[in-house]
Amino acid sequence: MFKIIHAQFIAPGIKRFVLEAPRIARKQKPGQFVILRIYEQGERIPVTIENSDPERGTISIVVQSAGKTTYLLNSLNTGDQILDVVGPLGKPSEIEKFGTVVVVGGGVGTAMAYPSAAAFKRAGNRVISIVGARTKELVILEQELRAVSDAVMITTDDGSYADKGFVTDKLRQLIQNGTRIDLVLAIGPIVMMRAVAELTRKENIRTVVSLNPIMIDGTGMCGGCRVPVDGKSEFACVDGPEFDAHKVNFEVLVQRNSMYRDAEQRSLADYQRSTAEQASTHQTVANETEQSCAVAHRGER
Amino acid sequence: MSPTASKSLNPLPMKERIKVPRQLMPEQPADERNRNFSEVNLGYSAELARQEALRCLECAKPTCTDSCPVGVKVKEFVELIVAGDFLGAAAKIREDNVLPAVTGRVCPQEDHCEGKCLLSKKVKPLGIGYLERFVADYEQRMGTHILPNVQPTGKKVAVVGSGPSGLTVAGDLIQKGHKVRVFEALHELGGVLVYGIPEFRLPKQIIREQLDYMREMGVEFETDVVVGRTVTIDELMHEEGFDAVYIGTGAGLPQFMGIPGENFNGVYSANEFLTRINLMKAYKFPTYDEPMVDLHGKDVAVIGGGNTALDAIRSALRLGARKAYVIYRRSDAEMPARAEEVHHARQEGIDFQMLTAPVEFLSDGKGWLTAARCVRMELGEPDSSGRRRPVPIKGSEFDLPLSVAVMAIGTTANPIVQSTTPGLGTDKRGYIQADSETQRTTRPGVFAGGDIVTGAATVILAMGAGRRAAKSIHDFLTSGQW
Repeated sequence: MFKIIHAQFIAPGIKRFVLEAPRIARKQKPGQFVILRIYEQGERIPVTIENSDPERGTISIVVQSAGKTTYLLNSLNTGDQILDVVGPLGKPSEIEKFGTVVVVGGGVGTAMAYPSAAAFKRAGNRVISIVGARTKELVILEQELRAVSDAVMITTDDGSYADKGFVTDKLRQLIQNGTRIDLVLAIGPIVMMRAVAELTRKENIRTVVSLNPIMIDGTGMCGGCRVPVDGKSEFACVDGPEFDAHKVNFEVLVQRNSMYRDAEQRSLADYQRSTAEQASTHQTVANETEQSCAVAHRGER
Repeated sequence: MSPTASKSLNPLPMKERIKVPRQLMPEQPADERNRNFSEVNLGYSAELARQEALRCLECAKPTCTDSCPVGVKVKEFVELIVAGDFLGAAAKIREDNVLPAVTGRVCPQEDHCEGKCLLSKKVKPLGIGYLERFVADYEQRMGTHILPNVQPTGKKVAVVGSGPSGLTVAGDLIQKGHKVRVFEALHELGGVLVYGIPEFRLPKQIIREQLDYMREMGVEFETDVVVGRTVTIDELMHEEGFDAVYIGTGAGLPQFMGIPGENFNGVYSANEFLTRINLMKAYKFPTYDEPMVDLHGKDVAVIGGGNTALDAIRSALRLGARKAYVIYRRSDAEMPARAEEVHHARQEGIDFQMLTAPVEFLSDGKGWLTAARCVRMELGEPDSSGRRRPVPIKGSEFDLPLSVAVMAIGTTANPIVQSTTPGLGTDKRGYIQADSETQRTTRPGVFAGGDIVTGAATVILAMGAGRRAAKSIHDFLTSGQW
């Protein structure tokens, strides 16, 4: 059992959890992830590690509600427990002094990009962070990134905050302005990572993406997370999750990630129906309690 | 005790013993069991067990024991069955084998004890596996076992992996008085026994009972620890105070053939397919959250001819598959699967496409598997494995319509421990180098055994390695000599 020390929404549908996980906290490095299982009937899902505190023995993870498991996870609060958390998994980011590093975070991927940005900065790089989100409320970790970046650029799809557009617009701007870029690290939705890869391929800029395919054990045993990289089948959990963006076959990644779409939608619909029913039951119970209290009060009088 | 010295407890004269037929294992009818996950074999009754035990010829030089990787004293435990002392028989097996209820079910006895049984020269061999299973189950039902009385040595051993070899090491060393802590990467203990072997061949309750027994003896378990990532071997030894470490991390990364279409949706590795079913209970979706492709009415094939292949395809059949094929590139004679499993699979209606191999997978254009393009093979000259090499027959291609294909063609070494343990020697395939007698690695205090040393093998061979390692670890801990 892993205790939730602190839980707080940092954006609509995006929650940060601080978990008691001393072993993982001691070992976590930027770029790594955990796999968790909330309860006995639960599935195992990979989740981003945002940060860790080896002294306190805690890690923080950032979770966006997308399917049943993440909705359920985000309904948990400080003091609740998670049945299984295993990690840190995957190879850490390759952190060295490259020169100028552009760190691109899309949506909740920003949480995984942040520790790498900080590590690049500590390694002596000039760090330019580009954060993209659908809308203003979904821009996360802006202050944290500003603290570890030489420059931060923000885009929102709807223009509700900073500049309207996509992360690739900002990256293109940097390239067009003649900024010398030695490395791009892009973490976010597959469409975003693919767009970044296409853009930098033409410019011959070394680019790394962090993949999040379907996974069960996270130790190389099941092979569910296989993805063609440079024509070779690689396992994201042990060979990755970071790969050379110009060699990843994004098409196969998208196709394989869609494998359980129907089941995922059904799970989520069932979950939302049951929570709605529970909420209405609670409402009924609350109303009845109120009424019976009212009756009791009347009796007193 | 020397049974040859004392008078035999078996009332039958030798000549009569050979006339007693091998007692059949009661089993679920094939047309019922192929739709459920309950155990295929139902187990001997006490009567059947005693009847079977009477067949033992009590050889002066028991080849059964010599050919057993863990050296179970077969003659002695069988004699205790004849005497009606079933608990004593179980205790006798436990001296050499900490998982008798497991090996009684999944061990390929034809390659070991029963294969070497003197009876098999004339008639069917003694049902040693069935007898082992009977006494282990009997002991479990009685709920009593004699806990060994041991003096603590003050030494601590870390066991990496809770599969058959790790559990053997743990069980043997705890009985020598050492403290033992087992680390498991998954959320459930048992390794391949829980994620790999299906319920109908090895009920999970059996593993849980064996684990409870080990906890009673004092073995500690910690799940959700990937050694190499969560903690390294060096940290276990230098920071957590373990005097020795045993690495039994098991079979590794699933292999694929490298043919076109292997990434289509519907193509699984056997490890993933079986893990979804056995560990994650995906077939109970949506009661359980982990999904899998719904197999009802679908045509499913497994590629490969080992036990894992048969476990996968027989599971598919039980989950409603319309057609269930085994596609194997060699012939019956070369199939590595356990004889009883092949026999059971045929009874259940599995369609064996022998001397056949896929060359490409085809899809619906949207990424979902629709068929395997296969080619027929013939056997040529023997290859490096000593088996005749399959050679494709020109022009024999045909398409086999399929919704799901499961690749069960073996595994390669998992690199996590090796890549995070400086000085740990590996062979050219990436498996850990360990002495075949002492299981010592190139790192003092570190031992290894099972599939991570040999490549994919059987439960009993992994247990045999565990047995040798435990002895060698005990020697190391008591002598301090490497």
